Amino acid sequence: MMLIPCPWCGPRNETEFHYGGQADVACPGDPHAVSDAEWAGFLFFRDNPKGVFTERWMHRSGCRRWFTVRRDTATNEIHDAGAHEDEERTVTV
Amino acid sequence: MSGPFRLDEGGRIDRERPVAFRFDGRDLQGLAGDTLASALLANGVHQVATGIRYGRPRGILSAGPEEPNALVQIEKPFPEPMLTATTVELADGLEAVGLPGQGRLSPDPDPARYDAVHAHCDVLVVGAGPAGLSAALAAARGGARVVVADADTEFGGGLLGSGEMLDHAPAMEWVERARAELARRTEVRLLPRTTVTGHYDANYLVAVENRGDDAFTRQRTWHIRAHEVVLATGAHERPLVFADNDRPGTMLAGAARTYLHRYAVLPGRRAVVFTTDDGAYTAALDLCGAGVEIAAVVDARPEPPPFWAKRCAEQGIPVRAGHAVVGTSGEEHVTGASIAAFDPDTGALGPEEHHDCDLLLVSGGWNPAVHLYSQARGPLAYDEAAGAFLPSGSVPGVHPAGAAAGLRTTAQCLSSGAVAGVQAASRLGLEASAAPRPETDPHPVPKGRPLWLVPDPEAGAPGRQFVDLARDATVADIDKAVGAGLTSVEHIKRFTTIGTGHDQGRTSGTVSSGIIAGLLGADLSEVGTTTFRAPYSPVSFAALAGRERGELYDPVRVTAMHDWHVERGAPFENVGQWKRPWYYPRPGEDMEAAVLRECRAVRTGVGMQDVSTLGKIDVQGPDAAAFLDLVYTNMMSTLKLGRIRYGLMCTADGMVFDDGTVMRTGENRYLATTTSGGAAGVLEHLEDWLQTEWPHLRVHLTSVTEQWATIALAGPRSREVLERACTGIDLDNADFPFMSWRHGTIAGRRARVCRISFSGELAFEVNVPWWHGRQVWEALYAAGEPFGITPYGTETMHVLRAEKGFPIVGQDTDGTVTPQDLGMGWAVSKKKADFIGSRSFSRPDNTRTDRKQLVGLIPAAGEGVLPEGTQIVGTRVLPEPPVPMLGHVTSSYRSATLGTPFALALVKGGRDRIGQTVYGHVGDRLVPVEITDPVFYDKEGARRDG
Repeated sequence: MMLIPCPWCGPRNETEFHYGGQADVACPGDPHAVSDAEWAGFLFFRDNPKGVFTERWMHRSGCRRWFTVRRDTATNEIHDAGAHEDEERTVTV
Repeated sequence: MSGPFRLDEGGRIDRERPVAFRFDGRDLQGLAGDTLASALLANGVHQVATGIRYGRPRGILSAGPEEPNALVQIEKPFPEPMLTATTVELADGLEAVGLPGQGRLSPDPDPARYDAVHAHCDVLVVGAGPAGLSAALAAARGGARVVVADADTEFGGGLLGSGEMLDHAPAMEWVERARAELARRTEVRLLPRTTVTGHYDANYLVAVENRGDDAFTRQRTWHIRAHEVVLATGAHERPLVFADNDRPGTMLAGAARTYLHRYAVLPGRRAVVFTTDDGAYTAALDLCGAGVEIAAVVDARPEPPPFWAKRCAEQGIPVRAGHAVVGTSGEEHVTGASIAAFDPDTGALGPEEHHDCDLLLVSGGWNPAVHLYSQARGPLAYDEAAGAFLPSGSVPGVHPAGAAAGLRTTAQCLSSGAVAGVQAASRLGLEASAAPRPETDPHPVPKGRPLWLVPDPEAGAPGRQFVDLARDATVADIDKAVGAGLTSVEHIKRFTTIGTGHDQGRTSGTVSSGIIAGLLGADLSEVGTTTFRAPYSPVSFAALAGRERGELYDPVRVTAMHDWHVERGAPFENVGQWKRPWYYPRPGEDMEAAVLRECRAVRTGVGMQDVSTLGKIDVQGPDAAAFLDLVYTNMMSTLKLGRIRYGLMCTADGMVFDDGTVMRTGENRYLATTTSGGAAGVLEHLEDWLQTEWPHLRVHLTSVTEQWATIALAGPRSREVLERACTGIDLDNADFPFMSWRHGTIAGRRARVCRISFSGELAFEVNVPWWHGRQVWEALYAAGEPFGITPYGTETMHVLRAEKGFPIVGQDTDGTVTPQDLGMGWAVSKKKADFIGSRSFSRPDNTRTDRKQLVGLIPAAGEGVLPEGTQIVGTRVLPEPPVPMLGHVTSSYRSATLGTPFALALVKGGRDRIGQTVYGHVGDRLVPVEITDPVFYDKEGARRDG
């Protein structure tokens, strides 16, 4: 049972959350301006690393906010936001 | 007297409290404090069960949860299958029988309660032996909040059965002082009878507490989140592998010591002790001191340990170093052991000599109980000196201590536990220091030399060198696996089933790795062990479920009018967690008759349905219209106040996700409805896009599904019903057109009345606050009685909408269907710059002409209703497989209106096939069906205005 740090509610049990896959996969600003291949890349292609992965989680049974977590997919260790700390969050406040 | 093998004094049993029990039909007596196993041994009963594959008699090997043999079924007080006699507490009236490997579940419901407890602590100490108690004392004295969990009925661990001294007094006096001090501390929680079964991510541990049949809750499952975990889980002694090593009366040396010291039971009168480890000498000496004749200590090592050899000589115990037990005699009970000179390097055996005995003690060394450490992803490494896999490396916040870390003496365990407790406290920022260690018996640290296999002197004898007693798996089985080319322990485990029994191979795991290494000529450190997985010991489903059974397992959602439906005898359909009335049978009616009647009522008169379960989302904010334009395929921003529009939602890949209506309820406010089952998913989808892609939009989303009760009135006479019941609305078509809403009053309640139709008939939907639902429902029903108003359920609703070709998302779609596939291109805006799914409609895969499209099907005359899911093929006779599939039936019903069964189906290039005959594969037959337009009834839409 992972302990996931919700930026608003603090560390909570994994069962309170909903997983959202790889983070920072931005929807193309103008989808109609990109090629079919690029659009398919956005729709279907995701990284699947063994190791630290930047991914989206949503605190479904809590504040219902989406946020970004860096998790080691081999050990489930949650890393500090690290480089992401300074970046703009992918959620509204 | 509680059995002929009970000593007159000693032990931790209560001689004042005899306990009557029954085993395999025999009435026996034990004492309070006994386990079933100790009570049986006190009565001289050794054979408890039979082996699962060969049916050979099996006895009691151990004195704890590692027991592979002594499986019992409890018959009373409550039937429980597959418990180990070594862990069943003896209780008055207990009835048990031995099992041939497999138990049986009781057909009766379990009357006991089970519960779950969630706990948080600074330090969880698993195991309350010398290491665990020292760790708990050190951490608690440092100010940590501590939980101590131990599987046994009493704290003490190995000290319970060792007869040792601490500070020149019986060790259990120290244990009692430690326990009492911990119990006094308010920040310490002690959990005896609690087995920690799993160690999961971030120090989340699950434990099962056995509170007994008399307790309010029989078992409690503890979910513990700990900052630090001390694993003082002890060690399990290994048996030795030799021919006929499974006879009752064969017992681990340490277990015999426990039966002597803890239960004052002699497991035999004359013993042979076979060992490769110094530890067994203590057992020989202790038993000898209690009056057991030790026929010989057979030590496979060339040289016996001098300290212990001298002690044995003083007691007149013969020590046969460089020898091994090579066979046994006896059936229900061991009657003798054959020993022979043995060279562990070559495996060469000398001539056999026979020793009579009724007890054969074995010790192949000790395996630290590394299960939880390994579950916590702690690495293990084979330690040559210890002859075992030990915790290596480190896991932050996890501290193995004592025998679980490979230590052997009580002194070492006490010290390492204290160190672990101090370390755990210091990681919490607490200052802790270890108290002075109590003085221990001055014994040397025991040493051993692993011996994985004693050759069978009768080469080619049938498999009788047992490795896993629980699975009846032998050396011959491993040999066969290796002979078949398997080299991985994981593969060999699956081939031989070693380690897959109820005991998860506690006594067989390392031994089998050793034998595999020998057969492969590989290094044991490379062969490794199989993966340790939770649970550490079997857990009943009842304990896992706790209170989450029946209605509490999955919440049941009911509408405000639910009781009315129940009173009318409606069966219910499960839609998500909702209970929806399926149909309302009249006396003598079956479902088919009821549904035909309900359909006829709506098409010719008036019907009413509870549609409160439709999901409802309140969308508010200055950017609400812009947001709705982005999430629906059609234009919503042009919707005027008081008007309603059907809306289709897609996911980004262009597939239909949900549908419903949007009504504009204010300047910046809309109410969106969703399918009953899709409400939570739709809200999540909308929140996702709003938060992560369009955070600049000022929009708030609120689920209001359970704030509104909704009643559909459908049929040509629905307006007349409303005219009688509703005031404040001009109901004629001009003033209240299709797809608009008005406020009115029904039964004195303010109601939002919509003109929406899901049947094609003139229809209204009445929305009132949830708590007025039943009152308004009944008022409408009363108003409709002169018109024969007919309540109808989901089945009729499905038939009526299918006659109109309205698809149900999730029934007629499956996440691979686009709006165009449904023939609903009309609902996809050509004007909007973008919306979710828009870009995907031009993807090559979504523009294929052979995509499956929604069509109607009419079976040939005389054919019945096609089962939903029926596969559609293009030929009258099935060709050889693979058969080309054209599609499948998604909805299928009988129709009173059409006078024929009909169906909706997804068929490849279906719209171009209208008029063609294809075939539905039903059972062994191919049923001819005609492909039609999906709209079967009132194509021109003439009926919606009444």
